[in-house]
Amino acid sequence: MRKISFAEATLEAMEEEMEKYPEVFVMGEDLARQGGIFGQFKGLGHKFPGRVMDTPISETFIVGGGVGAALAGARPVVDMHFADFIGVCMDEVFNQMAKARYMFGGQAKIPLVLRAPDGMAGGGAAQHSQSVESWFLHIPGIKVVAPSNPYDAKMVLKAAIESDDPVIYFENKVIYKESAMVPEKEDEVPYEIGKARVVREGTDVTIVSYSVGMKNANGAADLLAKDGINAEVIDLITLSPWDKETVINSVKKTHRLCLVAESVKQGGAMAEVAATVAEEALEYLDAPILRYGAPFVPIPFAPTLEKLYRIFPEDLYNGIKKVL
Amino acid sequence: MATAKKTVAPKQMGPQSNEPLLPHIGPAVDVGVPYPGVAPVQITNPANTAPLTDKKLAAKMYETMCTIRAFEESVKKDFLNGEIPGFTHLYIGEEAIATGICAALKDTDLIESTHRGHGHCIAKGADVNSMMAEIFGKKDGLCKGKGGSMHIADFSVGMLGANGVVGGGYNLATGAALAQKLVLKNDHVSVVFFGDGASNRGTFHEAANVAGAWKLPVIFVNEMNSWASTTPYRTTTAVEDISDRAFGYNMPREIVNGNDVFEVYAAAVRAVERARKGEGPTFIEAKTYRIEGHFVGDPEMYRKKEETKKILEDNDPITRFEERVVKAKLMTQKECDKIRTAAIEKVAKAKEYAMSCEYPDPSEFYKDVYVD
Repeated sequence: MRKISFAEATLEAMEEEMEKYPEVFVMGEDLARQGGIFGQFKGLGHKFPGRVMDTPISETFIVGGGVGAALAGARPVVDMHFADFIGVCMDEVFNQMAKARYMFGGQAKIPLVLRAPDGMAGGGAAQHSQSVESWFLHIPGIKVVAPSNPYDAKMVLKAAIESDDPVIYFENKVIYKESAMVPEKEDEVPYEIGKARVVREGTDVTIVSYSVGMKNANGAADLLAKDGINAEVIDLITLSPWDKETVINSVKKTHRLCLVAESVKQGGAMAEVAATVAEEALEYLDAPILRYGAPFVPIPFAPTLEKLYRIFPEDLYNGIKKVL
Repeated sequence: MATAKKTVAPKQMGPQSNEPLLPHIGPAVDVGVPYPGVAPVQITNPANTAPLTDKKLAAKMYETMCTIRAFEESVKKDFLNGEIPGFTHLYIGEEAIATGICAALKDTDLIESTHRGHGHCIAKGADVNSMMAEIFGKKDGLCKGKGGSMHIADFSVGMLGANGVVGGGYNLATGAALAQKLVLKNDHVSVVFFGDGASNRGTFHEAANVAGAWKLPVIFVNEMNSWASTTPYRTTTAVEDISDRAFGYNMPREIVNGNDVFEVYAAAVRAVERARKGEGPTFIEAKTYRIEGHFVGDPEMYRKKEETKKILEDNDPITRFEERVVKAKLMTQKECDKIRTAAIEKVAKAKEYAMSCEYPDPSEFYKDVYVD
């Protein structure tokens, strides 16, 4: 085992894939010279000259150009700077990237990865802090992933680059810098897009999350453990197509479900999980589904207000205690 | 010698004067302000007389134009009869543009088309039987019946798709050109077709800037047909010649008569050569006129039908071709007639083929959403 950060893990994935596939290239703002504004591309431009492109601030080109490059036979990785800016190029995402394969009757392959740094990093306010993954769960033709730790960050990114389908890779700004133990390279196990992982086995309640939300899931499980309550914790990792089977099997065992994500609760990824469990496994539930997410408010700037936007492990702990 | 443009003379096909297309639209207005930044780097060749010497090429281009015309007339009839679902947009009167451009391309070159894409598809070499089957939504269509008229594509000939989103193709073509240059390491060229309406999308700016800045092998082909859906371009567009914008991207431009296939072809050859040599993008503005309504069934309340009819009579690219080749003694009228008749027959057979095909089986429904 060795210790690396989330950002370093993504860089390792990029390097390995670029070495393996000459048709992989990267483009976005501030990547080659700057190394990415969060340092996640540091040194990549020097290692692969001519294959890491600093684009103008032109989001429709970054994504649309990526789609065109993929149609021509390349395997592009494009970076959105901040996930918030996907709004600028939504047509390229949902009418071009997502639709080209189906509407052309399978003639097209779009092996494109759209990397999107998201989440509240403190003071980013309304336009630099959002978690927008839920928008894309509503669009057939795109895969959506949101890893929560360095090991998954690497293996999921590698899988995304090797996928012949377009993948949006949400990477949380807070966990970029966080390090964790990961296996040595020879012991790595490839990730299969669409698979969730049970990160902690338990019998009393199932807690499901992804990305930075896993801090709340794990934190709540720790608090519950002190009271002798065994929570099963599931990291979805892929949000579309999501691993229904793993979640439902867990609910059949624990009979309670608690869902948490940092994004806006209304219409969020967890609403889909809750609805599906209610549709397909209601009879296994002994208590109402608990769901935690951000309030229906744009993200405020002032620390006192931003704090109100956040979910804490104690919120989950208190909620779960009430339904046990 | 950046000179001020004192008057705004309409160069598009159609009314050959400053007369407005419709009185209420008003004439082009000279507001007395020069267009800033219009540098004299244009390579417009006003004479633009492509040598009428290659009979094989001329016959091929004529055959393509006649096939497009016959295809569109057939589609129009069947659409109005209620046989074709959805929306369809016709290329009648604009045939010389797709034909002249694609005649200068190789099979490996790529094109991005528009919602008015049948002509581009035929000109790039798609099989008309499979095209017609697609337009009728049949399983043997180019897109297995999943795309239809607005999303017709044939990747086997480098036709990367019509696009239901106006202005959706610029970035795709530019990205394809980037991929060729950066990692695929070949000399393939990309072309994006777009109308004057699409020229007002912001995507044009983003793609054109990158293409110019990185000298990418992409050709921007503006089909200046004067109409953005039901809105005349003069009421929404700040310049008379849309290709004036090319200078802002350090991109040479040519303005050609889009109803003259030889002019279009000659400009395309020059643009392709520049692209293959690594000299970057070119903007070709092909002046034409949208003879049909925006879509089949458009009541065209915004213009006079007799005016449109006269514009086609005076400027039909097919008639123009015949006049030029006969005068140059390159082809005879009889040879032309034979090709035209054969094209009409080919399209009639394509219709028969489409009718003989089945609709897609429900088992196709979930296929092709993802590869994996």
